[in-house]
Amino acid sequence: MLELIGPFFRDLNDRTGWNFNVFYDPYEYGRFLAGAATTLQLIGWSLALSLVIGVLGAWAQSARSRALRWGVDAYIQAFRNTPPMIQLLFFYFGLGAFTPAVDMGGYSQPVISSFAWAVIALGIFGGAFNVEIFRAGIEAVPDATLEAAESLCFSRLQTYLYVTLPLAFRISLPALTNNLVSLAKTTSLAYIITVPEMTYVLNQVWSDNLNVPEMMLVLFGFYITVVTLLAAGLHAVERRLVLPGYGR
Amino acid sequence: MLFADPIAAGPAAIPQDRRALVSLRDVRKSYGAFEVLKGISLDVGKGEVACIIGPSGSGKSTLIRCINGLSPIQDGSITVDGQEVNDPKLDKLSLRRKVGIVFQQYNLFPHKTVLENVMLAPLKVLREPRAQVEERALSLIAKVRLTGKERAYPGELSGGQQQRVAIARSLAMRPEVMLFDEVTAALDPETVKEVLATIRELAAEGMTCILVTHEMGFAREVAHHVYFTDGGVIVEDGPPDRIFREAQDPRTRQFLSQVL
Repeated sequence: MLELIGPFFRDLNDRTGWNFNVFYDPYEYGRFLAGAATTLQLIGWSLALSLVIGVLGAWAQSARSRALRWGVDAYIQAFRNTPPMIQLLFFYFGLGAFTPAVDMGGYSQPVISSFAWAVIALGIFGGAFNVEIFRAGIEAVPDATLEAAESLCFSRLQTYLYVTLPLAFRISLPALTNNLVSLAKTTSLAYIITVPEMTYVLNQVWSDNLNVPEMMLVLFGFYITVVTLLAAGLHAVERRLVLPGYGR
Repeated sequence: MLFADPIAAGPAAIPQDRRALVSLRDVRKSYGAFEVLKGISLDVGKGEVACIIGPSGSGKSTLIRCINGLSPIQDGSITVDGQEVNDPKLDKLSLRRKVGIVFQQYNLFPHKTVLENVMLAPLKVLREPRAQVEERALSLIAKVRLTGKERAYPGELSGGQQQRVAIARSLAMRPEVMLFDEVTAALDPETVKEVLATIRELAAEGMTCILVTHEMGFAREVAHHVYFTDGGVIVEDGPPDRIFREAQDPRTRQFLSQVL
């Protein structure tokens, strides 16, 4: 890849002074790739965790236990009403101070890395919204459809698995797509707890090379590409699950 | 011939076995302070077709929903094949397996095809082998005259077609009694005929049926016994000829004079 685009960007720098060194300098290119990989992993894990929390939370909201329902409500209030950046700081510096560290021979390493804290914090942040999105979807499944399942002898769990969830998921998808896209973008905040994701890495690059405007463009281009692909993927899922004639 | 001739088919002869399959004794049911059912008693024998008619709000639908335990009752008793419906120890599944119900709004599973709708419960609840379930489902779909629509989704079908899928879905559980809750009320006059033809054939085959209906002509034709309800009680009941021709109670007569 570098052999392919390298000469063009080196030439561009020589002739115009536009220094996109991450696309021709092998060292900076390596940093760029590492940052991209970290961001993609961060997005993948955070989104996955937020979805798991969303499904479990929505299920817990309809549980019989009042304590459980109250707990889920408190969680949603706490994490929807605080800025994600404060949450990241809280988890990393607040809770991180209490987690054990392992002696690595000369220096100690915390058991939970900054990357893991970012996944936990962002997953919990996005999950709070997902709970509400799934709950709305579950509540939108008509009672009459569930009654039909009940009269056909489905147990509560079977009704939930075969009727409620497939319908609720379809109803939730547009709102879910919005939230997941938003969460994917929020992963750039992990920068402040030193997760070496794209924003953090490019910050290092422009500090070393003073090519701030160029790296800003790269950062923009990177997020536009990643988020566009993610949204396209989610829309494809939406199209695949569309039910002929339903809701019309 | 797949369907009984609609003109020749009157009520099929009631079988000799007159043991009541569904039996209600002094059933009372309230929503809050409002008493919907004020002491209903009736017996429906095996193979019998019972029609419940009456003005809106007289508790007809509530009555039918109580029979398969969808709505609990406050007093009295309902038994299906000897099982007390409101017995807290009762295994609801064993009761509901005997009782099929078809709703006014079809209530099909919109994310499943016609074939999947019919097969889902026998596969997941009865855990029968797929090949056997599919064979039965296909023959039921043929019976309600929807062959060729197996892969269609409910949203692609007309109301009458959806209602016939709902009937096939219910029959797939091999119930002993079928409850029909105003199943043609949401349909246009033309599709009403298709659905009634399906029910007519079921009745002619000896399926025990309890219908809540506003189709008086149909009730008169297929029913062995007609119940007229008003204000939460059965005002009058008897064979269709007597109810429709020489009703005794003034309320029955007034209602019939308005709808006939």
